[in-house]
Amino acid sequence: MIVTTRQPVSTSERAVRTPAPAKRLVKGNEALALGAVAAGAECFFGYPITPQNEVPEILSYWMPKLGRVFLQAESEVASINMVYGAAAAGHRAMTSSSSPGISLMMEGLSYIAGARLPCVIANVMRGGPGLGNIAPSQGDYFQAVKGGGHGDYRCIVLAPWNVQEMYELPALAFDLAERYRMPAFVLTDAVLGSMLEPARVPLEFPPLVRREQDWTACGRGNRAHKNVVHSLYLDPEVLSAKCEELQATYRRAACEVRFDERLIDDAQVVVVAFGISARLALSAVSALRRRGEKFGLLRPITLFPFPSERLSALAKRVRGMMVFELNSGQMVEDVRLAANGACPVEFFGKMGGVLPPPEELVEVFSKRFAR
Amino acid sequence: MPVWSVRSERCKGCRLCVEFCPRHCLEISNELNAIGYYPARMHDAGKCTSCALCADMCPEAGIIVVRRKRKKKT
Amino acid sequence: MHSCADNLVTDTPDDEFECVAHRPNSMSDKPLHYCPGCTHGIIHRLVGEMVDEFGLLDRTVGICPVGCAVFAYEYFEFDSIEASHGRAPAVATAVKRADPRRFVFTYQGDGDLAAIGTAETVHAAARGERITVFFVNNGIYGMTGGQMAPTSLPGQKTTTSPGGRDPALTGHPIAVCEMLSTLPGVAFAARVPLTSPKNVNLARRYMRKAIRAQLENIGYGIVEFLSTCPVQWGLTPIAAMKHIDADVIKVYPPGVFVDRVPDARAAPVGAETDAGSST
Repeated sequence: MIVTTRQPVSTSERAVRTPAPAKRLVKGNEALALGAVAAGAECFFGYPITPQNEVPEILSYWMPKLGRVFLQAESEVASINMVYGAAAAGHRAMTSSSSPGISLMMEGLSYIAGARLPCVIANVMRGGPGLGNIAPSQGDYFQAVKGGGHGDYRCIVLAPWNVQEMYELPALAFDLAERYRMPAFVLTDAVLGSMLEPARVPLEFPPLVRREQDWTACGRGNRAHKNVVHSLYLDPEVLSAKCEELQATYRRAACEVRFDERLIDDAQVVVVAFGISARLALSAVSALRRRGEKFGLLRPITLFPFPSERLSALAKRVRGMMVFELNSGQMVEDVRLAANGACPVEFFGKMGGVLPPPEELVEVFSKRFAR
Repeated sequence: MPVWSVRSERCKGCRLCVEFCPRHCLEISNELNAIGYYPARMHDAGKCTSCALCADMCPEAGIIVVRRKRKKKT
Repeated sequence: MHSCADNLVTDTPDDEFECVAHRPNSMSDKPLHYCPGCTHGIIHRLVGEMVDEFGLLDRTVGICPVGCAVFAYEYFEFDSIEASHGRAPAVATAVKRADPRRFVFTYQGDGDLAAIGTAETVHAAARGERITVFFVNNGIYGMTGGQMAPTSLPGQKTTTSPGGRDPALTGHPIAVCEMLSTLPGVAFAARVPLTSPKNVNLARRYMRKAIRAQLENIGYGIVEFLSTCPVQWGLTPIAAMKHIDADVIKVYPPGVFVDRVPDARAAPVGAETDAGSST
């Protein structure tokens, strides 16, 4: 059951829902790219990096065909600054990359957050640190959820777990980015990007709906005043007020929490996992149920805002929580903060692109919470 | 006679207008302005031809030159 | 010219007088923050004049840099976007491509354009982006305190080359116009020292062409201004201009390096004849 604290109704989400084509086999990266088109992305800027190359490849076909902008930039640094420019001028702009490329974008992302610009960044995560490898990883949770660039800022972070969500979440990302004027991540990984799966992904797209906003630097036209997009405030009092404004926005965005619960009602142990990990975890939870062990799954779809309230409530009635991630333990910190000592929170992680088989998870989960 | 005016409260006394005036009709005032500089001023308006080269060189965009209209060529 | 006449206390009717110099309408009334005699102010005024002359106020988006001109957006009346250090060409690329009806220019210093932003500069030029670049080359990092720039002259003393720039250690100055002139996407590239009214007028001619390169969809246009930094050079504004004429132009020869913009059909009325030729 997917729980959303707030049901948005917006042009792009409707646009995604209206055509309901038959299911077909779709690759995750293709779904992500077409999801961006359906979401009304007007501009895409990107630089090749494995394992997300199908995204720019597919968009290089679709965007010009639909009269929109596709440009392969000279670097991720340029890509994110092109996104900054297009967003500043009031266009739905997007880029995609994978972990090392996202690191290069952090400066630009901080400027985007500082200037309060909406945009979407897809990170098809791979192994790190450094060049790492091109296998799946969730090692960029901190980078996406906690900031990554300089200064106090946050991004909306959405984590799909199947190809259908790879198609649907870009639209939600744009909607939330625009509602709160902040950047939004679609945080996924090498497995989801590369996997083929049946999904409803159309190949026809509604026309763009241009939204005029009063703050964009798009050329004055008949406007009585000029608009300037910037993040420079030399006066400490002024910058302080601007930072408070940002933080207030992030608190308001807390109502956008979305998560997916399975077998939670009578669960004694809640497994918390996002993205691809949640699929592996669900297999393990189902197997444990067959053995009579009452495990359930909570899968955050929004990593920021994080479903802390729900986890706090669950922590008060369950025996414990089991966090599983493809990293050394990043989201587990947020789960522990939410649980706040009300129940034990255990962690199991794999790094380097190693995906544990469900049997291994079954053993680990069961052993950690053995009576 | 042309009307020459500098916004002396903006002038930082860089002397570029004085230096590049072909008729040497500008000078630096010996009185400080509100922002602490000795501003430029006209000292020989009779020699000014309204060529506006002073305004071309003014980094403060602070010089205004107005002159009587010339007869239009046909 | 009401904006001009309004500033003058005169009872004379407008039709008898004409304004030959005034602050451009595209500039705001805010006092410029630059040091005395700094040529940034002259270039700002020229940008304002050009936006007025081409009637572009309603569709201009200016991309401002990091450096001394970080507040450039305060001095203009058109929309502006502040880019991070060096990234103005990438920002401008997106703004222009998203809606080609816009007039988009970047205003960049030498540290911004020729050091941290070299990649963005070269690739925007290589793609022939329909943007116009106003490049302020004063051979030094002015705002941060006078450090060595990629454009500093050999032997130039700066706060990070206290013994003078040694090319064996830090390389030779980067000549941006020459470098970019090898790229077919560049429609106009010219360099002008801002050292006299004659050269200011020449700068206007170059700026018109660099703007037309964009408006007429020909390609990338750049005007490099050899500019002064009197405070960080330790010279008076006039001595700084003499230094450009005597020394800087030996390293950075002025002139037109690329011109694929056809000559204007007719000279703009009054635009070039007012200044300098009337005596």
